Amino acid sequence: MANYHDVVVVGGGGAGLRAAIAVAETNPALRVAVISKVYPMRSHTVSAEGGAAAVAGADDTRDEHAYDTVSGGDWLCDQDAVEAFVAEAPRELLRLEHWGCPWSRQPDGKIAVRAFGGMKKKRTWFAADRTGFHLLHTLFQTALSYSDIVRYDEWYVTKILVDDGRAYGVVAIELATGRIETITANAVILCTGGCGRVFPFTTNANIKTGDGMALAYRAGAPLKDMEFVQYHPTGLPFTGILITEAARAEGGWLLNKDGYRYLQDYDLGTPTPDPVLRNMELGPRDRLSQAFVHEMEKGRTIDTPYGPVVNLDLRHLGAKLIDAKLPFVRELCSKYQNIDPVRELVPVRPVVHYMMGGVHTDLRGATPLDGLYAAGEVACVSINGANRLGSNSLPECLVFGNRAGRAAAVFAGRYHREVPSSIVAQGRDEERRLAADLGRRVEGHQRIADIRTEMQATMENGAGIYRDGDSLTKAAHELAELRLRFQHAGIDDHSTNFNTELIAWLELGFMLDVAECIIDSAALREESRGAHQRTDFPARDDEQFLAHSLVRRQPDGSSRVGYLPVTLTRWPPGERVYGR
Amino acid sequence: MATETTLEITLEVARYRPGVDTEPTLQSYQVPLREHWAILDGLTYVKDHLDGTLSFRWSCRMGICGSCGMTVNGEPQLSCATFLTDYAPGPIRVEPLRNFPVVRDLVVDIDDFMTKLPKVTPWLVREVQSPVEDGEYLQTPEELDEYQQYSMCINCMLCYSACPVYSLEPDFLGPAAIALAQRYNLDSRDEGADERRDVLSSPEGIWACTFVGECSAVCPKGVDPAGAIQRYKLTAATESIKELLMPRSRSRR
Repeated sequence: MANYHDVVVVGGGGAGLRAAIAVAETNPALRVAVISKVYPMRSHTVSAEGGAAAVAGADDTRDEHAYDTVSGGDWLCDQDAVEAFVAEAPRELLRLEHWGCPWSRQPDGKIAVRAFGGMKKKRTWFAADRTGFHLLHTLFQTALSYSDIVRYDEWYVTKILVDDGRAYGVVAIELATGRIETITANAVILCTGGCGRVFPFTTNANIKTGDGMALAYRAGAPLKDMEFVQYHPTGLPFTGILITEAARAEGGWLLNKDGYRYLQDYDLGTPTPDPVLRNMELGPRDRLSQAFVHEMEKGRTIDTPYGPVVNLDLRHLGAKLIDAKLPFVRELCSKYQNIDPVRELVPVRPVVHYMMGGVHTDLRGATPLDGLYAAGEVACVSINGANRLGSNSLPECLVFGNRAGRAAAVFAGRYHREVPSSIVAQGRDEERRLAADLGRRVEGHQRIADIRTEMQATMENGAGIYRDGDSLTKAAHELAELRLRFQHAGIDDHSTNFNTELIAWLELGFMLDVAECIIDSAALREESRGAHQRTDFPARDDEQFLAHSLVRRQPDGSSRVGYLPVTLTRWPPGERVYGR
Repeated sequence: MATETTLEITLEVARYRPGVDTEPTLQSYQVPLREHWAILDGLTYVKDHLDGTLSFRWSCRMGICGSCGMTVNGEPQLSCATFLTDYAPGPIRVEPLRNFPVVRDLVVDIDDFMTKLPKVTPWLVREVQSPVEDGEYLQTPEELDEYQQYSMCINCMLCYSACPVYSLEPDFLGPAAIALAQRYNLDSRDEGADERRDVLSSPEGIWACTFVGECSAVCPKGVDPAGAIQRYKLTAATESIKELLMPRSRSRR
C-alpha cells in the first residue's frame, strides 16, 4: 500500500518532532511519517519565548517542581502524571542540549536557569527569550538526520479513520496540488497544538485552530478539561503578541495607570525592588490576569483604541540586561509597538495563550481510542490542571512527545502492515466529501471570516477570564446559530492548488466544535478553579469538582459532559498561597 | 478608530495560477491604512472581506516562523514585519519572493532549499555521544557567542530571493544553508566540520558566492550569511594548504 506508515504523527512542532524521533529510536524498522499543515519549522512552538522548566540545580528537587505545578494547577493536575513529568523533564532538556540547542549558559559553561511565574526555585532553562524557536529548530534539524522519517509538509489532515474502536490513519489534502490521499497507519499521534484562534485576542499563531482536538472528538475520543483556557497577563494591545513572563522574571513590574504595582492588592505579596519567587509579578498567570480585570473595574487601567491596558515597566533593568536576556522583547516592542522598553513603558493586557484542556490521554499519551495518541498542547494528560505554569509547556511537549512516540511504536509494531478494507472505503468517502466541499457553491453565501469573527466574539463574551451561567448559556445559543450559518458558508476559491480558503473553511468547522466543547464544559462546572472563574460560583468546590470534565461527541453531533476523578498521590488539595 | 477608516491604501498584488494563467497579473485592492497594520494585515483584510481566492502563507505574525516572505515594492520582506504606513500614500506592490517557482499567487515553492538543507549536515555531530546522565556538554557564553547569530536563521528564504548567484546558479547551496552549516562548525560541541567540508567546498558551495552581500542586507534576523561564507572560504583555503603540506586521511568520510 503506497500510503501506509506504521506510525503517522500529525503536527511537526515540538511534540510532533520529538514523537517522530522517539518512534525512530524505539524501533528503527518502523516507518514513521510526520504530516503537518505547515513546514515543521513554521510550527507554533517557534513562538515560545521564556523557557523550559526542569530541575537543574542542587538546591532544587523534583518534589518542589511537582508541588509548584500541582498548586499552580489548583489541584486539578493528575499527580502521577506530574511526577513522571518532573522526573523526565531534566533528561529531555539535556537531550536537547546534546542535540545542539543553544541554551544560555553560566560563565563556567553550565546551563543557566531563570525564575518563572509560580515557581519556587529557579529552574527555567532558556535560550535568551527565543527558547521555543531554538528548541524547534534544534529538533527539526536533528530530525533531518533521521532520513527514515518521511515528511508530508503542507498537508492538511481532515479526518481520522476509525474502525471498530481503533484508529487506522488519516485523510489529508496536499495544499500545493489539492491532491487528497488516504494515509493509513497502525498508530496515529496527534501533536497539533492548541486552539487559541477560537478567541479574538490571542498570542497564538494563525494555524492554532484546534484541528487535532476536533479530529479526535469527531473520531470518538473524549476531550478533557476544555473549560480551562489560559489568559497570559502580558500581550501587546492590537496584535496580541506575547511579551514573555521572563520580562517579569528578570525584574519587570506591572503598573496601573497611577504607576502603582497593583498586584499587591490581590493577595500576591508585597512589592520588593528585586523579584521574589512566587510573589507579586512572579505569581501564576490566572491570578495575574484576574487582577487585571479587577483593576479595570476600579477604573485604574489605561484606555487605548485597542482596549484597556496596564504597563509593564522594564526601564530599571537597563539596556545591557535587556539585550542579553530579553532581546526578542526589545525587538517585538520596537517593531510592533514603536517603543523601546529600555526607556519606555510597555502597554500590555491579558491575552488568550494556552489551552489546559485537550484530548484525554493516559501517561503514555494513549487516548481511549486504540491506536490514537496525543501529546503537547493538543493533549490533556493532565499535568497542567486548571492553570499551567509558565515554562512547563515546552518540557511537556518533549516528555510526552517522547512517551507517546515510544508507546505508539510498541503498539504499531505488534500489527501487520495492513488495515481493514472498511478503512479504505472510509477514506474514499472522505476524499469524495472533500472534493465536493471544494466545488461547493452557495448562492449569497456567508463569508467564512464573518462567522469566524462572530464565533470569536461569542467566546470572549461568554467564556472570558470571568464567566457565569448566563454568559455561557447565551454563548451556547449563539454558537448553535453560527453552526447553522456555517452550513451556508461557501467558498469562492474552487481551484486545487494552494487553496487556503478551503483550509480556512475546514478550520472553521473544527473551531466551532472546539468552541462548543469549551462552552459546554464551562457551563457544567459550577465552581471557580484556576483559569475557570465563575462569578456565580466564586469558590472552589472539591466535594463536587475535584474532577476532570470529559466531553464526548454524541451520534447526533451534540456534546455530553461527564467527569473523571483527579489522581492524587502526595499532595492533598490545599490553599494556593502566593506572596506569603 | 472611526476616523481612521476613511484612509485607504492600494495594494497591487500579484495573482498567478500556474497551468491556468499564462502569466502573473497584478490585482489592485483598497485596504484601510491604519497605524500598526503590517502588509500582512492588509492581505488578511483582502482575504477576509474582499477576495477569498487570494493565496499567501502566514502564521506567527511576529517575525519568527518565517512563513510570510514576499517581495514588497521590489524588496524581499517579511510581510508581517513591514508596515503599510511606511509606504503611504502607496500604492504598494506585493509579489512573491523572487528566484523561486510560484505555486500560486504569493506562495512560492521552497522544496529546493528543503532538499539542500540536509546536505550540509545541519545537526550536532559527535564522534562519541555522551549519555545524557553525564550532564550537559559545557559551553561558555563566549563559545556560545561564536555561533549564536548563525543559529538565528528562521529559514524565511529572503536571502535566497535577494541572492544574485542563486538566481543564475540554481545548484548553489545558498546563504541560509551555508550559514547553518557554519552554525554547527563554530559550535564548540560539534565535531562534524570534516563531514560538512566536501559539500561546503564544492563548486555549488562557498566558492559559488561572489560576495555581493545582499543576503546579509535583507536578513530580518541580523544573521550574516555573507560573513559566514567568507569566513568558511578562509577556513577551506587554510585546510587545503595544510592538506597539501601534510597529507592525511580524513577522520570521517
